Amino acid sequence: MGVELATTRLDLAAQWAKDGKVARATNWGRKFSLFTYPFVTACCGMEFMSVAGPKYDIARFGAEFPRFSPRQSDLLMVVGTITEKQGPALKRVFDQMAEPKWVIAFGVCASTGGFYQNYSAMPGCDQVIPVDVYIPGCPPRPEQVLDALIMLMDRVQEGRGHSQLRVKQEQAIAAQNEE
Amino acid sequence: MSQKVLDALKAKFPDAVVRTGTSHTDDIVWVKREPLLEVATWLKTDPAMLFDAPVFATCIDWLDWKPLGRPPSEHWNDTKPRFTVCYQLRSTAHKHRLRVEVELPENDVRCPSLASLWPAFDWQERETFDMYGVQFDNHPDLRRIYMYEEFVGYPLRKDYPKEKRQPLVRRDDLPLNPLKRTPDHG
Repeated sequence: MGVELATTRLDLAAQWAKDGKVARATNWGRKFSLFTYPFVTACCGMEFMSVAGPKYDIARFGAEFPRFSPRQSDLLMVVGTITEKQGPALKRVFDQMAEPKWVIAFGVCASTGGFYQNYSAMPGCDQVIPVDVYIPGCPPRPEQVLDALIMLMDRVQEGRGHSQLRVKQEQAIAAQNEE
Repeated sequence: MSQKVLDALKAKFPDAVVRTGTSHTDDIVWVKREPLLEVATWLKTDPAMLFDAPVFATCIDWLDWKPLGRPPSEHWNDTKPRFTVCYQLRSTAHKHRLRVEVELPENDVRCPSLASLWPAFDWQERETFDMYGVQFDNHPDLRRIYMYEEFVGYPLRKDYPKEKRQPLVRRDDLPLNPLKRTPDHG
């Protein structure tokens, strides 16, 4: 696809943009270069290390490079229990990430709160930030994580991530207002 | 185990000691609230006591507690104070242990702080304050340590609903019905 899209002719590039080929090519590039921000709070972090290590090797999918600054990453992995006290910090990290951005809830605690049914644990990090893919398991197997990553890559390619959809929605509203 | 410590305490502070006892090989002395600091100072400095190692400080909420299969006794009846603050002490010199307990009524949950004697009790008393709402007098920095400042109530009290969350932040785009699917999120 990359070779197919290489051109110096402006009229051809404009035609491709109209066909949506540029967006498709951009999403193709995005899905193979996800930069993760591991928001590791609990024991699931061990499993995240296993996925990132050489045996399961998340680098095969182009997501091997954890960035420890949210401004340099576009995939937020919420790994472990989120407490109510931590909610503002998580929201702040998410808000600092550059668009477009995606979120994976890693393990049942990040997805639903898990077995913590009490005053301090948040019932899933989707109470605070929009989540694209949930991974069940306590902790999940590395294969599940890779499966979730492939699902997320499909979402990225189709432009169905939460932040991508929001941009589309905003563009549609802006176009409606112009008419 | 440390019966001689209990005997010495009873001889030294006959007015301060309410009663003594043993539970699961741990010797316990129940002390009145007002002379607690005096008793603790003596326990730390007296050459025969030398309790130099603070083990833990915590609190027990006896709300609605009923001994299983036992009728009310002299140790348990309806007039028993609701809270008990426990200080577990240990002496590395004499190898003996002692638990100092102070009973606090529900309407006046105040206790003298021992953080000036054993600095390790500073954060432990903060935790006890955070979870049970025990006000420690003369504590250097009595603030919440686990929960956030906005939290109302004391979560480990028996009358706190254990699943009552007090969220700091929530998404503003959450649909009212979480199961309702919008076209954008399908």
